[in-house]
Amino acid sequence: MSMVFSALLAGLYALIRICAWRSPSYRAQLAQRDFIAQIRVRDADIGRWFIFSGGKVRSRAGLHPRPDVTVSYETAAQAVTLIIGQLLGRHQTEAAKNFRLQVVGPDELIYHFTQILIAAQRVGWRFGTDLGGGLKRFTGMTNGGPCFVYVQGGKILRITPIDFDADDPKPWTIEARGRQFTPPRKTTIAPHGLAWKSLVYSQDRMLYPMRRVDFDPNGERRPENRGKSGYVRISWDEALDLVAAEIKRVKRSYGVSAITFNHPSHQTWGYVGYWDSALYRFANAVGHTKMQHNPDSWEGWFWGAAHHWGYTMRLGMPESYGTVEDLLKEAELVVFWSSDPESTNGLYAAHEGSIRRQWLKELGVPTVHIDPYLNATAAFVGGKWLAPRPGTDAALALAIAYVWIVEGLYDRRFVAERTIGFDAWKRYVTGEEDGVPKTPEWQQAETGIPAREARALAREWGRKRTYLAAGGWGAGFGGACRSPTGHQWARAMVCLAAMQGFGRPGVNFGNLQSGTPVDTSFYFPGYGEGGISGDLVNTASAISLYQRMPHLLSMNTPMQQIPRMQLPEAILTGKAEGYPRDGRSLEGQFLPLRYPAPGHERVRLFYRYGGSNFATMPDSNRYVAMYQSPNLEFVVNQSIWFEGEAKFADIILPVCTNFERWDISEWSGVSGFAHHLQTQLNHRVIVLQHKCIEPLGESKSDYQIFVALAQRLGLGAYYSEGMSDLDWVQRIFKASDLPAHISWKKFMRRGYFVVPSPPERLRAPVAFRWFYEGRKKDVPEPHPLPCEYKGSYREGLQTPSSKFEFECTTLKRLDPPDPQRPPVLHFARSSEGIETPRAATYPLQLLTPHPRYSFHTHCDGKHSFINDIDDHRLRVNGHDYWILRINPADARRRGIADGALVKVFNERGAVICAAQVTERVRPGVVHGCESAARYETVGEPGRSADRGGTMNVLTPKESQIARAHALGSSNCLVEVAPYDDAGAAMAAGAVRADAPVREFVPAK
Amino acid sequence: MQKWNLVFDLTRCTGCHNCTLSVQDEYVGNAFPGYAAPMPLRGARWVELRRRDRGAFPAVDVAFLFQACQHCDDPPCMRVARDGAVRKREDGIVIIDPEQARGQKQIVDACPYGAVHWNEELQLPQHWNFDAHLIDAGWRAPRPVQACPTAALRALKVTDEEMRNIAVVEGLVTLQADRGHGARLYYRHLSRFTHEFVAGTLVGVEGPHEVCVAGARATLLHNGARVGEATSDAFGDFRFDALPPGSGAYSLDITADGYRRRTIDFELAKSCWLGEVSLEPLHAESDRSPAHPL
Repeated sequence: MSMVFSALLAGLYALIRICAWRSPSYRAQLAQRDFIAQIRVRDADIGRWFIFSGGKVRSRAGLHPRPDVTVSYETAAQAVTLIIGQLLGRHQTEAAKNFRLQVVGPDELIYHFTQILIAAQRVGWRFGTDLGGGLKRFTGMTNGGPCFVYVQGGKILRITPIDFDADDPKPWTIEARGRQFTPPRKTTIAPHGLAWKSLVYSQDRMLYPMRRVDFDPNGERRPENRGKSGYVRISWDEALDLVAAEIKRVKRSYGVSAITFNHPSHQTWGYVGYWDSALYRFANAVGHTKMQHNPDSWEGWFWGAAHHWGYTMRLGMPESYGTVEDLLKEAELVVFWSSDPESTNGLYAAHEGSIRRQWLKELGVPTVHIDPYLNATAAFVGGKWLAPRPGTDAALALAIAYVWIVEGLYDRRFVAERTIGFDAWKRYVTGEEDGVPKTPEWQQAETGIPAREARALAREWGRKRTYLAAGGWGAGFGGACRSPTGHQWARAMVCLAAMQGFGRPGVNFGNLQSGTPVDTSFYFPGYGEGGISGDLVNTASAISLYQRMPHLLSMNTPMQQIPRMQLPEAILTGKAEGYPRDGRSLEGQFLPLRYPAPGHERVRLFYRYGGSNFATMPDSNRYVAMYQSPNLEFVVNQSIWFEGEAKFADIILPVCTNFERWDISEWSGVSGFAHHLQTQLNHRVIVLQHKCIEPLGESKSDYQIFVALAQRLGLGAYYSEGMSDLDWVQRIFKASDLPAHISWKKFMRRGYFVVPSPPERLRAPVAFRWFYEGRKKDVPEPHPLPCEYKGSYREGLQTPSSKFEFECTTLKRLDPPDPQRPPVLHFARSSEGIETPRAATYPLQLLTPHPRYSFHTHCDGKHSFINDIDDHRLRVNGHDYWILRINPADARRRGIADGALVKVFNERGAVICAAQVTERVRPGVVHGCESAARYETVGEPGRSADRGGTMNVLTPKESQIARAHALGSSNCLVEVAPYDDAGAAMAAGAVRADAPVREFVPAK
Repeated sequence: MQKWNLVFDLTRCTGCHNCTLSVQDEYVGNAFPGYAAPMPLRGARWVELRRRDRGAFPAVDVAFLFQACQHCDDPPCMRVARDGAVRKREDGIVIIDPEQARGQKQIVDACPYGAVHWNEELQLPQHWNFDAHLIDAGWRAPRPVQACPTAALRALKVTDEEMRNIAVVEGLVTLQADRGHGARLYYRHLSRFTHEFVAGTLVGVEGPHEVCVAGARATLLHNGARVGEATSDAFGDFRFDALPPGSGAYSLDITADGYRRRTIDFELAKSCWLGEVSLEPLHAESDRSPAHPL
């Protein structure tokens, strides 16, 4: 075997030399470091050394006296197996785990040498499509859909959606009511996807690492100046050395739990680079106190609705398979309740649903839209608009239930056979329990909706086969579920649906946003499966990806967690309490988690990653005090643009966009809590996210930054497994079902693959039909976990009775009972309602839904193309103000004209906006989206009005339910007054806020 | 000779702004010699999507209007242009030459559609040129059409005669048609933006409750002539659309089973909601006690 081993090594030398001869970039890679590498076995003195010098390589069989890097195998036989395996693309994880393969030397050199060996296999790889004349077409993926990226001269020329060609499969067709519905053979793209070029070349890009001018890690740190001071440029070495030193210092002084990583719920797309991939892997390798995320888009469903029917693996939201077809065929009415998919795009699904709702219009199916604002979907689809006061929706729902009960307009058989607790529900609704019948007249006083309209809606709904679109996805997501009374609304939605017998033809959840007949068995991991993280505890990696792509496990050890909504309090006061987003069971959410954990040190090192807390989290001003607290000894910000929280850091690490690095992903592929989110799409599309251009300036990918940091902590080989991001991309490709359909070589060039839709007979069955008909669950979701079934596996729901529960057993068992979550849904007025004492001072209700054209903080501000859309921001006196919509009657009373500047305020803070006077908001309600990217205070941060549009300065931080961790901030009480901006020319403390807009050129 | 035309259907537009964004993406930072110089980063709305809200709470609707260079057959801009700064191609596309048109600010003012924009830095009039450089490279449609998710915007390359037929069949109109510019941008359901609606809500009584009156017949009269008929829906709502703005006095005649006939006279300035129209039951012995006054 030793002869074979020696021959292989000689062959390796030949391979390196051939690659160097063929490829200029490979030569450049060799030239990066001068060093001596040794490959050998340990049971004998056999091996070969390589001397890399000045970009050239010399090699001879034997052992070198002073190698910098040594790669050793236990025996020659094992070496041969592993090396051949490596050449054939099989990975060496197991060998590394069992120490059969060892690598000794400085982390950076090991990585560099490994990459030389791996890169030899990549020479000759061709990416993208050559269009001639120096123009190349690549592929990319945004949060708003896939795209073609045209590049010329190293610069992005244009970004477009993808038109399919003859090689792509035919789409599905649905036959309904004598017509055929086939989606167009192309992808759609959301506004925030289409505007990406302006983000890549934005002059707000951070191009080099920076240190806060008054931060001296060896002297005065001056935390009180965070958010006020400027920055000075430093080198990557200085930045990374500093961060690594601080990590070691904090761990040594306080312990592993003194570090925390704070990341947002989303990121620029790609599964290698995603926060639960590269970041999780690093965070676990270093160790940290974990941020326990609240359920975000699922709030009221998780903490409330789940107790009626389970679905905790979807955080309380329903399955939605096959509902597009069922709705088109069978529905006689669609009720959109806090549902605006034309604005929220089902998160990641671009405009896929728009054409399907166009079909709905063509079929003439009547619709009703319940929203205090005439939202984009209501405006497009048309139909009846009902505008309840924010937070009162449950009252309207109860009145509908009342009419159904009194007039017998519900599915009695379903209620009798598939549910329990109806009598208790009925006693409350009819008023038998509390003397207050929940009549249409009763709800009018609460909601402002005329009694007769509530009654008419109830009758229409009860008499027709009705689809309930609750939330943006139709089957949940966002909207009213995040209001202070969101859990009441979500509970009401499922109870109403149960009264109508969900699962029978034409009766289900949906608005055509989810439930298309795309393939549901083709495997490509979603981002919820943790990418390269190796985290089996906090991602869905263990289900499939970890087996298909064996990689080194990563595991965090501290048991301490911070509930994310209370992050500022945890830092400032040292204490916080929350509840876990545990999707495994109904009861998991009841266990309190307390910070600090016994014996664990509090957080000192704050590693902020990605998009900002400002404007996305409630009571945003709190974060200023948090950052300025001496309790945070060191703050890192790793992000792309200089905005939001970046200016509160000590060290800034600039990240490149996903057009400047390699990645791979599927459109709207999430997995985890949003299993099969791809059923929002007309086509499943998997994309190789080409590295279209070189990173701007000195920016790097998150993965590269973590590799470099890991190397300084001796974790380089462990963290990277010797691989570059492109290597991981190929591994994910191989782990999926793609290789059976398209070769790696073809995938590299073409860049995308459209998963064929299944023939009609293989389409997923309609959601809940199995339950309605009393059969075993037959939809393709692996939920709930086997032990959560109380009876036989796949029979019934996750609830204790296996039935839908109007009276929730899990809430009945709670001891002590939760007054905010009675077993039967009860209506309670909102803490941000107009009947509260505060409403005397702040009489308007502010709605803060998701913005339409941007995606959280992504694509807003930073000189994005989006800023030119007057419905997004309005340019007044040279500044782009966030839009506040106000009814003409409310505007007139306050002397506010259309386009004028206004101050929106309450006791939490103030925001300066541009008013849009419109009849689309009901009187008493104002509308200003959350998640502006700019936090620009007119005076001191945290203590003065913001003119960047950070509406979340005004919203309440309190959990909807005291014994839960539930965002309850999507509406709140405010007042609005005209504002004179004469004195607000320069925003103190907002560094670079008023940089002149120069002509658009790609940054050097 | 086949020529390019654009058709915009107001009822298919969601207002997503992909059209305007795709044009910004194409031209900001890019020069296409012979076709277009770069577009400024801010404020140059070569294509525009205007929004119009009509009506009053709770009877409100929204429409969007796509506006851009109309690629007129008899372009007013070409008449005032010097040195061949504006040329009309055989395929119908109008190009303002990014070199020849330098300094010719009069081209901006000549456009009756406001579709030409002055680039101060380059001293150049600019417009949306139908993405002619892409068309000539073989693209099947310009960027805004490609980016439109609902085919609200369509590009048709047909003969003028075919286009006339299509216009008849689909009910298409152009803007300022009477001026004879020969615009090639056609609109479907333009009245959603240019005309008005009148809506009302019929309220009746059943026992102790107010109810929505469904199935009532509403007849709209203008100057004595019957202009339209509508039936109230389950919520008692009815609506008449496509009425000329400021068209003066109308009369609305409402008949519903079980209720007295009612006539309402009103003046139409802009889209309006006549409010809750109470109908009196025919049989007065029913106890009329609406639970809560609004």
